[in-house]
Amino acid sequence: MDIPSLTIDRVRKALLSREISASELAAAALRFAEAENPKTNAYLRLCPERAMAAAQRVDERIARGEDPGPLGGVPIAVKDVIVTKGVTTTCGSRLLAEYIPPYDATAIIRIEEAGGVILGKTNCDEFAMGSSNENSAFGPVRNPVAPDRVPGGSSGGSAAVVAQGTAVVSLGSDTGGSIRQPASFCGVVGVTPTYGRVSRYGLTAFASSLDHIGPFARSVKDAAVVLRVISGRDVRDSTSAEAPVPDYSANLTRDVKGLKLGMPVEYLKHLTSETGDLIARGVGQLKSLGCEVREISLPATDYAIACYYIIATAEASSNLARYDGVRYTFRSPAGDTLSDMYRNTRGEGFGAECKRRIMLGTYVLSAGYYDAYYLKAQKVRTLIARDFAKAFQEVDAIVAPVSPFPAFKLGEKVDDPLAMYLSDIFTITGSLAGIPCMSVPCGNTAEGLPVGMQILTKHFDETTMFRIADAFENVQRKE
Amino acid sequence: MKITEKEVRYVAGLANLTLTDAETARLQTDLDGILEHMDRLNEVDTAGVEPMSQVLFEAGETATLRADVPVPPLGNEAALANAPQPGAGYFKVPKVIER
Repeated sequence: MDIPSLTIDRVRKALLSREISASELAAAALRFAEAENPKTNAYLRLCPERAMAAAQRVDERIARGEDPGPLGGVPIAVKDVIVTKGVTTTCGSRLLAEYIPPYDATAIIRIEEAGGVILGKTNCDEFAMGSSNENSAFGPVRNPVAPDRVPGGSSGGSAAVVAQGTAVVSLGSDTGGSIRQPASFCGVVGVTPTYGRVSRYGLTAFASSLDHIGPFARSVKDAAVVLRVISGRDVRDSTSAEAPVPDYSANLTRDVKGLKLGMPVEYLKHLTSETGDLIARGVGQLKSLGCEVREISLPATDYAIACYYIIATAEASSNLARYDGVRYTFRSPAGDTLSDMYRNTRGEGFGAECKRRIMLGTYVLSAGYYDAYYLKAQKVRTLIARDFAKAFQEVDAIVAPVSPFPAFKLGEKVDDPLAMYLSDIFTITGSLAGIPCMSVPCGNTAEGLPVGMQILTKHFDETTMFRIADAFENVQRKE
Repeated sequence: MKITEKEVRYVAGLANLTLTDAETARLQTDLDGILEHMDRLNEVDTAGVEPMSQVLFEAGETATLRADVPVPPLGNEAALANAPQPGAGYFKVPKVIER
């Protein structure tokens, strides 16, 4: 079987027709991943024992005449910020290099119950903080499309394995664009669902009011299948929503005629010309499918970066306080007092970007600055959410760029943290509002670098988002 | 200047971070630039605007509450498995109280 071209449907047909067993497929996928991984460093580790055990359970189901499940036998990769029982989970951090979680995340349990075969854990920016995957303690990931370039971040490894073909689908996490931006850079589909759609139980917390789990796939349909499996209320995450979960992949009708799409005028000025041209061409294609496109205004956009980097770092400084040398594997041997132990453990364990964000978050929460920064940012967040609510009174969906530019060269932006933050402008707004958003491939630049288009809809309307993305993908493939 | 080197050292203390002199200098430069950008929030009129601390849905309050029933805990052994220094069923840390 040609592993890099597999889809969920193809795996299902192959298993049901007994062309291959889930165990044979898992073994082949593990061998392929092991052979190909040195090109990208996308996997931090494979978990063959767990993968083979999951595959065997799928084979047993099939032998008993049962359905293999919606993800039966499908090789899946998981970002290393999502905990896996008995499988080292590092969060891309030196602090957790030896951490072996004692439990599984809810998303992991749901994937395996649906027959999914988890092959391994993927590289990412340390504690999901970054836009290039260069903040991993275990080395950067190379973009499979252009090896001298970054895959995006923070879920760079999860995007890269899907682009490279060493997994059929993968899970990532998104706080301010960490699924959509790497999907755009690597030319795959990446979905950030509605806040609360997917349980975060077992997702290592970065910024709790913004963190999401979501899928990467090589097609909109496969992403829709995975999202349905992992969605739904979980008593272990009190922010997970009770809302019913539709069968997203059954609603991919390709009929988008008459849908009203909005293009935020505020976004256009931030675009480089080539990305702008590709987005404009994509919007033209949506029009030719019968969508009605109009300009909309999201006036608070100019304040989104400041708003996000205050809220996200404030929450991060609190969430990362737990890494103090007491419970999580790494402790600095330097110093004699408890206080020294905390400080040295954190000073030695965290990388530069984590320290920067912990410092920024601590600063904006500190006495005298709380009202001026943190509280102010929370109020601006309300205005950003209102912008979207107002826009969705006029349109069914918003189409926008994902990143101002395509994948940049490794090392190109590491010395300018503010410039790196500013590049998150298009993804951060949707994250702050908590609405579903996704990146779908929208063509390549002259140099062959992928560019993604972002589709955003109102809370819990992933169905419309997927329907537009699927129709768009279909047109792109015909071109 | 938005933040001085002295303030960086103070915040590092609050955050329980040991920083080298080079890190302190670098952070002072970085944070200064980032905080300068953040000052643009002052341009926004937020009078009468409620702060948004969570994505709010029109769900009933009970939607966020689970049934209050006991579930099996992780267990002492599993909870201590990743401790750098476990001892007698506890997390051991350097001595806190001086005699």
